Amino acid sequence: MTSAIVRRLSEVGSADKPSVGGKAAGLGELTHAGIPVPPGFVVLAEAFGQAMDVLDRSGSLVRSVASLSSSDVSAIARVAAGVRERITALPLPGDVVAQITTAYEALSRGGAAVAVAVRSSATMEDSATASFAGLQDTYLAVHGAAAVLDAVRRCWASLYNDESVAYRRRLRLSEDGLGMGVVVQRMLRPRSAGVMFTRSPVTGDRSVVAIEGTWGLGSALVAGEVTPDCFTVSKVTGEITGRRIGAKLRFHSFRPNEPGISSSAMPLALRGRPCLTDDEARALAAVGRRVEEHYGVPQDIEWALLGDDPACPPLHGDPADHIRLLQSRPETVWAARSRAPVATPKPRASDHVLAWLEKPL
Amino acid sequence: MDRTEGTGHEAPRFPLPSEIADAPGAEDWRSMYPYFTRFQPEDDQRFWFYNSMHFPEPMPAFDTITAEVPYSAIGANTARVFVFPTTLGIEHRIVNGRVYITAIPVTDPSEIERRAAIFGERASYYYQNWDALYEGWKIRMRALIDEIESVSVPALPEFEDAAVVMESRGVAQNHYLRENFHKCIDLFSKMWHHHTEMLMLGYGAYVVFFQFCRQAFPEISDQTAARMVAGIDVIMYRPDDELRGLARLAVEAGVDDLFTEGCSPAAVLASLAERGEGGKRWLAAFEEAREPWFNVSTGDGFYHHHRSWADDLTVPFTALPRYVAQVRDGSLGARPTEALRAERERIASEYRELLGSDEERAAFDQMLGLCRLVFPFVEDHKFYCEHWFTSQFFNRIREFGALLARFGVLADAEDIFQLHHTEVDQALSDVMLAWAAGGPPLGGAHWRPIVASRKRMLAALKDWSPPPALGPVPEALNDPAVRMLWGVTQERIQAWLSPASDEVRGFGASSGIVEGPARVLMDVNQIGEIRDGEILVCPVTAPSWAPVFGKIKAAVSDIGGSMSHAAIVAREYGMPAVVGTGDATKRIRTGQRIRVDGDRGTVQVIE
Repeated sequence: MTSAIVRRLSEVGSADKPSVGGKAAGLGELTHAGIPVPPGFVVLAEAFGQAMDVLDRSGSLVRSVASLSSSDVSAIARVAAGVRERITALPLPGDVVAQITTAYEALSRGGAAVAVAVRSSATMEDSATASFAGLQDTYLAVHGAAAVLDAVRRCWASLYNDESVAYRRRLRLSEDGLGMGVVVQRMLRPRSAGVMFTRSPVTGDRSVVAIEGTWGLGSALVAGEVTPDCFTVSKVTGEITGRRIGAKLRFHSFRPNEPGISSSAMPLALRGRPCLTDDEARALAAVGRRVEEHYGVPQDIEWALLGDDPACPPLHGDPADHIRLLQSRPETVWAARSRAPVATPKPRASDHVLAWLEKPL
Repeated sequence: MDRTEGTGHEAPRFPLPSEIADAPGAEDWRSMYPYFTRFQPEDDQRFWFYNSMHFPEPMPAFDTITAEVPYSAIGANTARVFVFPTTLGIEHRIVNGRVYITAIPVTDPSEIERRAAIFGERASYYYQNWDALYEGWKIRMRALIDEIESVSVPALPEFEDAAVVMESRGVAQNHYLRENFHKCIDLFSKMWHHHTEMLMLGYGAYVVFFQFCRQAFPEISDQTAARMVAGIDVIMYRPDDELRGLARLAVEAGVDDLFTEGCSPAAVLASLAERGEGGKRWLAAFEEAREPWFNVSTGDGFYHHHRSWADDLTVPFTALPRYVAQVRDGSLGARPTEALRAERERIASEYRELLGSDEERAAFDQMLGLCRLVFPFVEDHKFYCEHWFTSQFFNRIREFGALLARFGVLADAEDIFQLHHTEVDQALSDVMLAWAAGGPPLGGAHWRPIVASRKRMLAALKDWSPPPALGPVPEALNDPAVRMLWGVTQERIQAWLSPASDEVRGFGASSGIVEGPARVLMDVNQIGEIRDGEILVCPVTAPSWAPVFGKIKAAVSDIGGSMSHAAIVAREYGMPAVVGTGDATKRIRTGQRIRVDGDRGTVQVIE
């Protein structure tokens, strides 16, 4: 066997971003911080690099992309489609196939073909200034080694999605040395899932965690198919300072041996019912706070709450034991804004009162 | 009733004072109150709001003194003594027995500037010397309390004591009837001047800190900001602490069997006297605790019928059996003051850390420090003023009532509270003359029908639903006093304009959500009716309700803010509370199942 091109997520960390991509590095880092993530592995960016070496030995392919103008939409569409087609059609070296297949089977624990999520992990994504959010592909509920291998190539190809290319051209980023790891993780069958910000997305308040969630897979929320439940939890007191129950009309789930996500009508009984108890919201907020402390800046997190039955009975035991994070990245919107101090010290403390009372309201 | 009369293109407004119809059965309510409390035609042009915080019930004629005197003192303090730059004083009017108020703001910039120069110097003096001034304040307040306790009602015997002659005093007792009554009124007025002496500045410190918290942390709740300020060793906890101590002693001294649910205070006290050493010890401790701690009122010091624990021992004796049971099963802890203190510090330091810069942290430290400096006064003055002094004041007035009843002017001592204090003056003159002349007073025929008619009117006025506000919606709420003391904001006014139909809205004062059967109590004297697991719904929650907090699941009140005592006690007991709902006692009935959401500040009737 030549060098390993697959590593377990628990073996990587932030420092490995150049070799595994941002998403994988982030997930590994969470594991080190003691935050559970679904088990999985990453196909190193090196595998992508080797594939591109075979495909584009002369570099002409990359140059054809680099020469595109960000405003020439039709040219981008034509060239990018050609690149994607060639990547997805590329035969993988036997060693790469073997390593990915072995790692996938290890995830299955010898049972039937387990459903996995195959997620792009570009080496330049999730920098603090540019999120690249959603530009590369993720494939949910992928079953079987052959399908995984396909999905890995499609993730690679998604580096050349029209929007990705246009985005890079607009920012005048280099096309040389693009890297793409691919994360393969066991699919969760969550009772509830969603996103959370470790500050208020509305007001920027850093003392709260804002949680949005729905029943079942969080993809329903990300895709905008539901109006999620929203909770605002104080980081300091655990008090729920905001609670809005959304009309959750669609339900995302997956079935064994059936690829992809199915979207169905939300059972009536669940539509107006909160997808989290107060205790669960507080437990999520506590995890969010730990992640923020680990990274030192407010985070934008995808979360899931484990529960086997999608008909969603209440969980038993400590809610913290059921929490898994699917992603965490720095919050970028409020981080980019600067705020004038609310108040500055005055010669005497009572001057604050005098100042307030001396001006007309 | 209609909250608004707006027609399409007109600006939204509340009913005008002139549009308020007399409550049925109380058409003659004006005769109960002095002319200077009546709405004038030009008052239609101004915004007024119902001061349900202090006056949740129709006013008996005498009790209007608890509006007249405080507003006389507050306005003097802000307009004339400290010369607040942006506010003068507060005006009050009575309609259908309810007290409406409005503040007179200062808006002319040059006037504000002129006042600010004076205010800065005077206010700074108080803030800089706060602790020393508060020590002096307590001494003066104790002196006023001693004085009100020592006021006596002349006996008016058939013959004067010989000493009047032998010591050549020269002044007969009927003179002292009026002098001593006036002394009560004068002391009450002085008490209120001292009450406001430091309070407005104290609240100013709070408002500035709360405002800072809301700007730095837009999602913070008032109750969380309040928790950073809250004192731990607060006098208002003492009465309840004393009861817990007495419960422990009862078990220790082996007399705990006497404290059973529904026990009669008189019977228990009588039995204790026959229980040897243990009983004696308990009675001695009881007397010790009683003075001054049982001077705590069952209300907020604004109505004569809110008696103190000392006056109505059933209140503490309702709590004692429960505490005794908790001592027996080991569940009665002391207040975890150290843990509370640590929690307060943790909350403050974590918010501090979340601030954006060291500059902000320094400003935060200054404002929080100032709040904690003023906190002891802001919290403790209530015990001295509204509880201790005021309970004694009403009891002295009651004694004058007893004299009027003895002379046949009134049917009952309590009837004195149906007369305005200037009318009491007249009735006393009548008695002074009659005693001197040797004939009967004429007041019986005059006052008794008036008292009877006023009692009927007050009963009728209880059924009237006062609009939360009157007059035009103000463009800007530019009076700091109204915001500081009553929490009236533009949002609040908007909520008044469009009341939610199925939900009672107030302020979340203590977080959590619970469901349970409601127990609506209009009067603290009913607290014996409360059963375990019920949700208390009441007009006002005062500190003396503390003993029932061990029984109930949640508390809902018509009036009060997040710094109100009910809110503080509810947080300590870890139970949800919604305060300042305005009309929960009207919209909820005993026995209804309700859901109290202490986070959002709402109450829903489920069935």
